[in-house]
Amino acid sequence: MGHVLSTAIVLLVFWLTLSGRYEQFLVTAGIICSIFIALLAARMNLADKEGHPIHLAISALAYWPWLVWQIILSAINVAKIIINPALPVSPTMTRVKMSQKTDVARVTYANSITLTPGTISVDIEGDDIIVHAITRENAIDLEGGSMDRRCAKFEGSV
Amino acid sequence: MSLDLILDIVSWALLLSGGFFCIVGALGLLRMPDSFTRLHAASVIDTLGVGPIILGLMVQSGWTLTTARLGIVLILIFFTSPVAGHAIARAMRHRDVKPILSEDRTGERH
Amino acid sequence: MFAAAAIGLLVALGLCLVRIIKGPSVFDRVIAGNSVGTLSVLLLAVMGYVFGRPEFIDLAITYALLNVIGTVAVLKFFRYGDLGRDEEEVGQ
Repeated sequence: MGHVLSTAIVLLVFWLTLSGRYEQFLVTAGIICSIFIALLAARMNLADKEGHPIHLAISALAYWPWLVWQIILSAINVAKIIINPALPVSPTMTRVKMSQKTDVARVTYANSITLTPGTISVDIEGDDIIVHAITRENAIDLEGGSMDRRCAKFEGSV
Repeated sequence: MSLDLILDIVSWALLLSGGFFCIVGALGLLRMPDSFTRLHAASVIDTLGVGPIILGLMVQSGWTLTTARLGIVLILIFFTSPVAGHAIARAMRHRDVKPILSEDRTGERH
Repeated sequence: MFAAAAIGLLVALGLCLVRIIKGPSVFDRVIAGNSVGTLSVLLLAVMGYVFGRPEFIDLAITYALLNVIGTVAVLKFFRYGDLGRDEEEVGQ
């Protein structure tokens, strides 16, 4: 029930942000629509711990700034490779272990890998992610597992 | 130095660096040797191209509804671009597109 | 200054178009097409400020939503020759 309610509230905030007009009719329509859609989502089993992981919001506040910093560092690194006339790429395929338990944290880990320029999660085999890295150093950094541990912590501090 | 001027300078710097990284990413799309490495170049556009430009526009519009809408665009792109990137990479692997590799470390578990 | 950012985005769009024309494989074109989508979202947002009409952001939001769906749809089509089927159904 809590997840259904928070889905409705998030949808209502989205409606109000996009609408920008706060007449009585439009706001009432927004409230009715968001409650209706939240109930539909609950019927489709979408408004649960996995579809609407609002309980991870606090740990996301700790994880996202670190992720943004990593993205900036590696994006500048990839940009340097592109600008370099010699184009010093050494593409590497590697296999890293996922130590997260829930699907949400695993998706977060795989998406973080892809979002960080220089590494892309290509496929999942059991508990491992196949990763394509643009340089050997990127692959070895990822194998070190600091992002994996951060994601496990992100999931664990619920 | 008024506050407006400082904000203008900050947003100009953000807009220009965003435009620069967009061009660099697109240049990478042209220069990279195979499809997998081109994906890395495209993800430079999706991260350091999008972020600074949207942030620069946010600084320009101040505390208005437009800023909230720009924030929605930013979150939307940051959540969807890895999905598209992973979908492309996975489709390439399943269609047996062979990447140019200097080293294959998938044999052992790390 | 918005115009400078817009010109930068247009140059990047032109480079992506060159990659789309050159190919060589479908996937290169999909990657470049995805980047064109992202750059168009940014261009829509910036153009709103160039013309002094920030309402253009609404169009950018719609385009950002359509972009990822379009990319995934094209990939599904090239893998299965069909938009509706699931991976599980194909595997059987």
